[in-house]
Amino acid sequence: MNKVSVDLTCELAGVRMHNPLVLASGVLGTSAALLERVGACGAGAVTSKSCGPEERAGHPNPIAVEWAGGVINAVGLTNPGLEAEIPTLIDARERLHAQGIPLIASIFAPTVEDFGRMAAGVSAAEPDLIEVNISCPNVGDEFGTPFSGSVESAAAVTRMVRAKTKLPIAIKLAPNVPNIARIALAAQEEGADAITAINTVPGMLIDPYAGRPVLSNKVGGVSGWSIKPIALRCVAEISRTVSIPVIGLGGVSNGLDAVEMIMAGATAVGVGSAVWQRGVDVFAVIAEEMYEFMAGEGYPDLASMRGIAIR
Amino acid sequence: MSDMQAYQRYFISTSQPKNYRTRSLVLDRPLAEAQPGQFVMIWLPDVGEKPFSIANADPLTAAIAAVGPFSEALCALEPGQPLWVRGPLGQGFELKGKKHLLVGGGYGAAPLYFLAKQARARGEEVCVCLGARNQAELLLAEDFREIGCRVEAATEDGSAGQRGLVLEAVRAALVDFPAQTLYACGPKPMLLALAAFCKDNRLAGQFSWEAMMRCGIGLCGSCEIDEPTCDAVGLPHGWLTCKDGPVSFYQPA
Ligand SMILES: Cc1cc2nc3c(=O)[nH]c(=O)nc-3n(C[C@H](O)[C@H](O)[C@H](O)COP(=O)(O)O)c2cc1C
Repeated sequence: MNKVSVDLTCELAGVRMHNPLVLASGVLGTSAALLERVGACGAGAVTSKSCGPEERAGHPNPIAVEWAGGVINAVGLTNPGLEAEIPTLIDARERLHAQGIPLIASIFAPTVEDFGRMAAGVSAAEPDLIEVNISCPNVGDEFGTPFSGSVESAAAVTRMVRAKTKLPIAIKLAPNVPNIARIALAAQEEGADAITAINTVPGMLIDPYAGRPVLSNKVGGVSGWSIKPIALRCVAEISRTVSIPVIGLGGVSNGLDAVEMIMAGATAVGVGSAVWQRGVDVFAVIAEEMYEFMAGEGYPDLASMRGIAIR
Repeated sequence: MSDMQAYQRYFISTSQPKNYRTRSLVLDRPLAEAQPGQFVMIWLPDVGEKPFSIANADPLTAAIAAVGPFSEALCALEPGQPLWVRGPLGQGFELKGKKHLLVGGGYGAAPLYFLAKQARARGEEVCVCLGARNQAELLLAEDFREIGCRVEAATEDGSAGQRGLVLEAVRAALVDFPAQTLYACGPKPMLLALAAFCKDNRLAGQFSWEAMMRCGIGLCGSCEIDEPTCDAVGLPHGWLTCKDGPVSFYQPA
């Protein structure tokens, strides 16, 4: 086969990446050292664990387990709170920039106003992009339906965050809505620079011998390979509808999965649960697998594959 | 794990007292492919879930010190009652050489018992140094002797073995037991002291670390070892106890 040289670089909302693979929020993004480690393991960009206004311990164990289809978790947004997060983000950004890797800071909040406060707050740490997590499925008892559940609430949060920061913002969406593309479009209209999709799929595991839900929170978010078809469908619908770039994620475990995300229209590709199955080095491995595929199939760069499955 | 279920249900075969607050829970069947130093997450529905090192794989056995509500609930279980297990998880010990020095602090003795059994099954020599605050806290000394290990104890109050820290017992043991590898499990100050000792004496060491574990599968980041500790013992930053560990390896250059 005649191999071509392959360019894996991409640009997302003005942020340049040496490859399209992004560490998903909530996986290993809890400290500067871990974010730096993932960067050194080949990620094109890394996302910090979602941070909210106040410190949270999260739910009691069990918070996450492996099952045949991947992982289910209800960590419950464990985080140190805004004030403690800022120095961590600054430290992480400095270490990552030394490696040439962008930092995405993820935020969540219980109210629209608090989203504004969070956006202004983390902007002080100058991350390359702010990811606005309006789609965590695991805190419904406290916070009610996620803001990603309707066009109106998603638009309200985006408008507030847009008003409070000049940094690029990505809105992270949930798959369990009737029309994810309309919500993405509303976010674009309110000034979002990118869409991240998808968050975990709400689900439940029951241990039949115990007759109890496995997670202490009873319900949780399903991630890993079993949700890939759901994620691909969401990314395809969003990409057809909006003009801003999409970080596609959900069930990406190897280079072919990542290629499929790009073919569904994604500009960058998030990787979370695969860190469990394939280790932290999974980023370099997936990049290599993408390279092999593209060289073998004659795709010189990501743009030549982007969205080809939805045209 | 190829099974559809996240947890495997086990039943208690016996629950044996090992010291005033520690019980050895022997379960009804083996845990496949478990290595010494690996751990399991034990779940009691509606009570909680916590990590425990594997004290024996066939049948699966855990030594549980009743130090909080969850471990108290485990210690209260009676023969025939169920508990739920996921694992084995993490990186365990690896036997290197033919003369093994095992160092346990408090209930750190539990995973070392499994390691000692493996070494003895290979016909290799094992010396175990056990450290504890006092005689009542000493764990598994008789069990180690029964499988043919030499046992040296050190207690802070001198109520069993020599008075002082386990490091002194290690120094004394090495005089006539030229071990090729030291394997340790116990509280962090003990591990730090032993790591420094191995470095000074150019002795290969394997250290099993304890940390708060949440997911246990290398995703949530809760069990990261802090950077000063990593620097002190030569671990890379961002080292995860549940996935990179619990066992870390030191090999003199
Ligand atoms: C343990 C765990 C924790 C997560 N925490 C967060 C979080 O704090 N914020 C967020 O936006 N997404 C969180 N997620 C969702 C992931 O970022 C990602 O959207 C989802 O897992 C799908 O990707 P995957 O199949 O590659 O894991 C979490 C996922 C897992 C498995």
